[in-house]
Amino acid sequence: MKDSPTTGHAAVHSHGGGTDLAAPEGTDLENRFANPGLPAHRFRVTDTDPKAARSAERQVSTIFLLSAVGTVVFLVGYFALPIEEDKSFERLLLSTLVLGLGLGFAIFCIGIGLVHWAKTLMPDHEQIELRHDIAGTEDDRRDAANIILDGVEESGVMRRTVIRNSLIGALGILPIPAVVLFRDLGPLPGEVLRHSLWENGVRLTRDPDGTPIRAADVTYGSVFHVIPDGMEDSAHPIEEKAKAAVLLIRIQPEKVQAAPERDGWDYDGIYAYSKICTHVGCPVALYEQQTHHLLCPCHQSTFDLTQHCKVIFGPAKRPLPQLPITVDNEGYLVAQRDFPYPPGPSYWERGESE
Amino acid sequence: MKALAARRRHPLGGVVVMLLALLVVGGAYSVLTPAPASAAAATDDDIQAGKELFLANCANCHGLQAQGTDAGPTLIGVGSASVDFQVGTGRMPLSANQPQAHDKPVQFSDEQIAQMGAFVASLGPGPAVPPAEFQEFTDDPERISKGNELFRTNCAMCHNVVGAGGALTRGKWAPNLQDVSAKHIYEAMLTGPQSMPVFNDANITPEEKQDIASYLHFAGTEPSPGGLTLGGLGPVSEGLFAWAAGILALVGCAVWLGAKAS
Repeated sequence: MKDSPTTGHAAVHSHGGGTDLAAPEGTDLENRFANPGLPAHRFRVTDTDPKAARSAERQVSTIFLLSAVGTVVFLVGYFALPIEEDKSFERLLLSTLVLGLGLGFAIFCIGIGLVHWAKTLMPDHEQIELRHDIAGTEDDRRDAANIILDGVEESGVMRRTVIRNSLIGALGILPIPAVVLFRDLGPLPGEVLRHSLWENGVRLTRDPDGTPIRAADVTYGSVFHVIPDGMEDSAHPIEEKAKAAVLLIRIQPEKVQAAPERDGWDYDGIYAYSKICTHVGCPVALYEQQTHHLLCPCHQSTFDLTQHCKVIFGPAKRPLPQLPITVDNEGYLVAQRDFPYPPGPSYWERGESE
Repeated sequence: MKALAARRRHPLGGVVVMLLALLVVGGAYSVLTPAPASAAAATDDDIQAGKELFLANCANCHGLQAQGTDAGPTLIGVGSASVDFQVGTGRMPLSANQPQAHDKPVQFSDEQIAQMGAFVASLGPGPAVPPAEFQEFTDDPERISKGNELFRTNCAMCHNVVGAGGALTRGKWAPNLQDVSAKHIYEAMLTGPQSMPVFNDANITPEEKQDIASYLHFAGTEPSPGGLTLGGLGPVSEGLFAWAAGILALVGCAVWLGAKAS
């Protein structure tokens, strides 16, 4: 069958049996190995059998019709499942599923159909295109060099030094507008990251309710997620939260290796520490109440609450800053002042302080 | 009133007034202070039966007086809620010395668990099993939404945002919370089992605890039109699936593209 093509297909166009293609000059490979040449062209079923060709034609058009079905599914899904009216999460998931499947199927079928068409019905004769030298001829190259040299000569840029130097000067200051424009991407954070909403007398309140916390509420083993009072009314609550979020826990005093210089920063064993990891700023909130370890979920930095949140594992470099707290005359926990060190990860102007 | 006024100067008048005042203060105190948490209506028989169960099954680690040993903590003051959680989820009795107790098939009947709870509650005041109204899920959408907010703030960092659980340090983990009963979630927050911190009623009120449990129930039972949720774990499982399945599909397409038609 292979030697008797029945389609109007041209016979083999290859330069099969060529001799110069494989063996580089100057070797005697030719003498040692016979160049086998290219394999004979293999005809496809669709080349030889008209029935198979018609069948392939039907397959390709069926695939294109399937693509149209996918498009219709998308459109029906878009109009039949409006997410504006039924705002449930289930509806959103269903809408996304139908739109995605419909459109994805439509595009996929176009691609599959085109490839199937090309593989089964379009001509598949082998062709060889020999490579050319990339470089031009000697004459072309000499001409090109002469054009440049003549240009330099005719412009007189080497002779007219005033023009040349003024051009260099003008080009030299041209990038300065870019410097000015990039400067407007600022301003640099400056002191903004050094200060949070905590200051003397600000109440510690529950996240997310904003209700104040009595010292007596903080029992041993419990943990409170804390935001400063009035944070929601500030100009940028989310940015303030990123600096001021605090974790409140109570530890039996005999378990704490208290640093003498931090005497009075806790209230009756109730400690408040920044919840923002000093590594890259994830919320460190995985509190193991038996070991008193705080674990950061992002990179597993582990802080020991019994040692003023010293880093005992992971990539964080600095301990979590402690918020000095006390109680006000109504028994609610309040801050004594802001964090002694900027909370959160390092930044350019921060310096090396703990 | 005249008769009362006339006897005001009686030598015993001061004593009577003092007794009355003590009665008022004592009565007010007993009415106004929150009732100490204790198992509801535990009879002496229950406590006795619980003690026998305790001695047979728990005293080896927790001590004959539940005072605690090197192998297990004291149970004085942990309350019936702790017993109901630890035994009712199969975590106790412990099967082996491990970083953390696994939940296993429950070893005791509900009645036996209640009896052990009554015995432990009789040793010292502690958190009690929640009342029946908090042992059920609510389907109020506003409360489920509130539960989601509280869960994201207080719980999701360990337990994952849909309660699928997650890893902690040194072989410990935060368990999967889907399919856990409202009662056990409530008790876990109240008692802080194992590595978990306590969320007392002053921090998260009983209603809010119920909101959180209801959110978890909602998240676990919400239908997923797409079919495969991959555990709702987020980018890890979904990314792995996309890479593995997606690259396999792309490789398949590439092989088909490169293959000659027959």
